[in-house]
Amino acid sequence: MSTESKSKTSLEMPKQPPSERRSNFNEVALGYTKEEVVAEAKRCLNCKKPPCIEGCPVGVDIPLFINHIADHDFDAAARVLKSTNSLPAICGRVCPQETQCEAVCVLGKNGDPIAIGGLERFTADYEMEKGAVIPDVPESTGRSVAVVGSGPAGLTAAAELAKMGHAVTIFESLHAAGGVLMYGIPEFRLPKSIVAAEIDFIRKLGVYICLNSVIGKIDTVDDLLDEYDAVFLGTGAGLPSFLGVDGENLNGVYSANEFLTRVNLMKAYLFPEFDTPIKKGSRVIVVGGGNVAMDAARCALRLGTGEVTVVYRRGEDELPARAEEVLNAKEEGIVFRLLTNPIRILGSEQNWVKAMECIGMELCEPDESGRCRPVPVSGTEHTLPADIVIIAIGTSPNPLVPMTTPGLETSRYGTIRADETGATSKPGVFAGGDIVTGSATVISAMGAGKIAAKAIDEYIRRV
Amino acid sequence: MSFTISKKHELVPTIHRIDVEALRLAEKAMPGQFVILRIDEHGERIPLTIADFDASAGTITLIFQEIGKTTRQLALLAAGDQITDFTGPLGRPSEIRGFGTVVCVGGGVGIAPIFPIARGMREAGNRVISVIGARSESILFWEDRMDEASSELYVATDDGTKGHHGFVTDIVQNILERGERIDRVIAIGPPVMMRAVAGVTKPFCVKTVVSLNPIMVDGTGMCGACRVLVGNETKFACVDGPEFDAHEVDFTLLMNRLAMYLPEEKEALERYEH
Ligand SMILES: Cc1cc2nc3c(=O)[nH]c(=O)nc-3n(C[C@H](O)[C@H](O)[C@H](O)COP(=O)(O)OP(=O)(O)OC[C@H]3O[C@@H](n4cnc5c(N)ncnc54)[C@H](O)[C@@H]3O)c2cc1C
Ligand SMILES: Cc1cc2nc3c(=O)[nH]c(=O)nc-3n(C[C@H](O)[C@H](O)[C@H](O)COP(=O)(O)OP(=O)(O)OC[C@H]3O[C@@H](n4cnc5c(N)ncnc54)[C@H](O)[C@@H]3O)c2cc1C
Ligand code: SF4
Ligand code: SF4
Ligand code: FES
Repeated sequence: MSTESKSKTSLEMPKQPPSERRSNFNEVALGYTKEEVVAEAKRCLNCKKPPCIEGCPVGVDIPLFINHIADHDFDAAARVLKSTNSLPAICGRVCPQETQCEAVCVLGKNGDPIAIGGLERFTADYEMEKGAVIPDVPESTGRSVAVVGSGPAGLTAAAELAKMGHAVTIFESLHAAGGVLMYGIPEFRLPKSIVAAEIDFIRKLGVYICLNSVIGKIDTVDDLLDEYDAVFLGTGAGLPSFLGVDGENLNGVYSANEFLTRVNLMKAYLFPEFDTPIKKGSRVIVVGGGNVAMDAARCALRLGTGEVTVVYRRGEDELPARAEEVLNAKEEGIVFRLLTNPIRILGSEQNWVKAMECIGMELCEPDESGRCRPVPVSGTEHTLPADIVIIAIGTSPNPLVPMTTPGLETSRYGTIRADETGATSKPGVFAGGDIVTGSATVISAMGAGKIAAKAIDEYIRRV
Repeated sequence: MSFTISKKHELVPTIHRIDVEALRLAEKAMPGQFVILRIDEHGERIPLTIADFDASAGTITLIFQEIGKTTRQLALLAAGDQITDFTGPLGRPSEIRGFGTVVCVGGGVGIAPIFPIARGMREAGNRVISVIGARSESILFWEDRMDEASSELYVATDDGTKGHHGFVTDIVQNILERGERIDRVIAIGPPVMMRAVAGVTKPFCVKTVVSLNPIMVDGTGMCGACRVLVGNETKFACVDGPEFDAHEVDFTLLMNRLAMYLPEEKEALERYEH
C-alpha cells in the first residue's frame, strides 16, 4: 500500500457478518483495535482552523483528542473528550457523523474523512473498561436544579450543572434512565451496558436520579420550582403518531415506540426469561423510512421473523434514515418497498392483522421544505400480506408537562418555546432537546442541554 | 430505590390486598387513578387501580386478582418485601362533584376501584347508591366498606349465595325503573359487565362512566399500547382515561385487544408454576 492511498482511505470498522447478525441482538459494529485507531489518528492533518470542531454540536476538540490517540495517550484523549462531551461512548456510536463532524473534515474533500466517531468510540470504551476517572466537582454552590427527563438533553444538562457545583436531581418517568437511548435505540446499535455505564458516570458526578417519577402527575413543574432554584425540561418527543387509516387498532399493529420499548427497555427479545411478551409474526411490515423504522425493522428480523418489509412513501434518495443504517438493513435482508403508501390495514375475523392495502406513489415538484411531495398514482392499489404492522412515521412532544404548567408557552406543534439559551416563557424554567426542536438527534439534544446549563447557572447565581 | 409492602393479606381466595409505602404518591393520589408497578428486574410493568390511599400513613392500597404470572408472583410477596418500581398516580382522576344521585357499580375485583369513587361522591354531597357483585359470596369483599361509603347498598351474586341471584345489571335496571332521578352511573368491572351496564343505562339517557383496562406498557402516553376507541376516536386510556363515556366505548375492540397475548401469557404462567 502506498502512503498516498493510506492517507486517503480510512479503515472500515469491522462488523458482524449479515448472515450472523440478523439473528442476534449483539452489537453490529465491532469497533477498532488499538493499532487501527492509532493508524487512523495519524491521518489527521491537525488543521490550524479545524472545521471538524464546528461540525460538532457540542464542540469536541477533535484534533486534540485525535492527537493524543496518535501518541498512544488514550487517557489524555479521554480527558479531552469528557471535558466537552459527557456521553462519548454513545455519540461515537449513534451520531450521524456523516452530516456533522466527518462531513466537514478537510480530508473528506479528496478521500475519506477521519473516522472521528470510531475514534471517539474507542477512546470512550477504553476509559470505561479501565474505570472512568471522576473529575473533581467544585464546592457546592448551595443552589439546586431539577431536571425533568433523563434522555441525552437532561443527562447533559445535569452533568454540566453538577460540574458547576450545583445540586441536581433528575426526575424520570420510566424505571430506567436514558430516554430514547434506553427504550428506543436497540441493543445491537447501542448496548444498554454502555448507556448504563455513561449514566453511572453522571451519577458519580453527584447527580441524583429519581426514577418512576412522572412530572405533571406526582409533582408539577410549579411544585419543583418551590423546592429547586430552577427547572430544566428535557422530556423529549415521545408521543407516537399513527396513520389514521382503517384497521390501525387491530391486534398486531404497533407504534414503533411500543414495539421498541417492549424489545429494548422490557427485553421482550428474551421472553420468557423476561416477563414482557412481544408478537413475533412471520411477515412484518414497517411503515416509515427514518432511523426509527430501520431500528424497528431490524429488531423484528432479529426476533425471528421470516420477512420484514419497509414501506415508505418517497424514494430511496429521500429516506431520512442514515445511509449506513439503510445499508445495514438491506444487507440483513430487509425488503424495501419505496414509493408506496398504506391505505388501510385489513384484519381477520379474530381482529388480527392479515394484510395491508397500499398504493403506489410518485414524486412531484418539491414543496416548501424542498422535499418532493409524493402523490398517489391511481390504479396502483395492491395488497401486501402481513401479520404484524409497525407504524414508524414519527413522534411529537408529550403534552403532559405543558398541560400542567401554567405560563409555559408551546408552539402549534406542541413543542415548548425556548430562546437560544433554552429559557422558556416561564421564569426559572429552561428546556432543550426534542421537546423544543421536535425529533432530532442525540448530539443536538446534548448541545441544547449544555447551552441551557450555562444559562441556568447564570440565572441561579443572579436570583 | 425500591418500595416496601407494609401490609399484605388475601381478602378472599385469589384476591389480595397490598399496602405499599409511597409517601409522595399517597399525598397526590385521587380516586380513579392507577399505578404501574414492576416487581423485579425481569418483571412486566402492570397497571393496578388505586383502591385507597392514606396520606398520613404514606401508603397506597391495591387490590388485585391472581390471573397470570405477575399477579401470581405478587400474591406470594409478604409484608416487608420490596417491589422494584412503583409509578403513579397515573391517569385522570374521576370527575367527582355534586351531581345529585349517583349509582356506583362494582363487579368482581372492580369493587376495589369503585370504593374511593363512591366515598368521594358521598363526600361531595351526592346520594350514593352502590351495587356490587361477584360470582359467589366467597369471593365478595369490602361489602362493609362499600356500605359505609354509600347511602344505599345492593349486592348481587351470580350463584345467589348472597343478595340478588343474578347480575348487577338487574339491580341497576330496577333502580332506573323505579323512576327516581339518577344523575350519573359509574361502573367498574370486567369489560362484559361494563358493556352490559352501558346497555342498561343507555335507554334511560343517564350519563355512564366506565374505567377501561387495556394492556399498558409505560402509562404516560408514549407507546399507544392502550389504544381504545371512544366515540369513533382513538384515545390512549392511560392519559386520556382510564374513565370514558360508556355509551361511546367500543367494548368489542377492548376485549379483542385484551386477548392479544393469550398464548404468551399462558406460556409465562406455565413456566413460572413449574
Ligand atoms: C428508535 C430511535 C432511534 C434513533 N436513532 C438515533 C441515532 O442513531 N442517532 C441520533 O443522533 N439520534 C437518534 N434518534 C433520536 C434521538 O434519540 C433523540 O433525538 C434524542 O434522544 C432526544 O433526546 P431528549 O433528551 O430530548 O429526549 P428523550 O431521549 O426522548 O428523553 C426524554 C426523557 O424524558 C422522560 N419524560 C418524558 N416526560 C416526562 C415527565 N412528564 N416526567 C418525567 N420524565 C419524563 C422520558 O421518559 C425520557 O426518558 C433516534 C430516536 C429513536 C426513537
Ligand atoms: C388502568 C388499569 C387498572 C387496573 N386495575 C386493576 C386492579 O385494581 N386490580 C386488578 O386485579 N387488576 C387490574 N387491572 C388489570 C391488571 O393490570 C392485569 O390483571 C394484570 O396486568 C395481569 O398481569 P398478569 O401477568 O398477572 O397476567 P397475564 O397473564 O399477563 O395477563 C392476563 C390478562 O391481563 C391483562 N393484562 C396483561 N398484561 C397487562 C398489562 N401490562 N396491562 C394491562 N392489562 C394487562 C390481559 O387482559 C391479559 O389477558 C387493571 C388494568 C388497567 C389497565
Ligand atoms: S460528539 Fe458526535 S458530532 Fe461531535 S465529534 Fe463526536 S461523533 Fe462527531
Ligand atoms: S478536519 Fe479532519 S483532518 Fe482536520 S483536524 Fe479535523 S479531523 Fe483532523
Ligand atoms: S400505556 Fe403506553 S401510551 Fe398508554
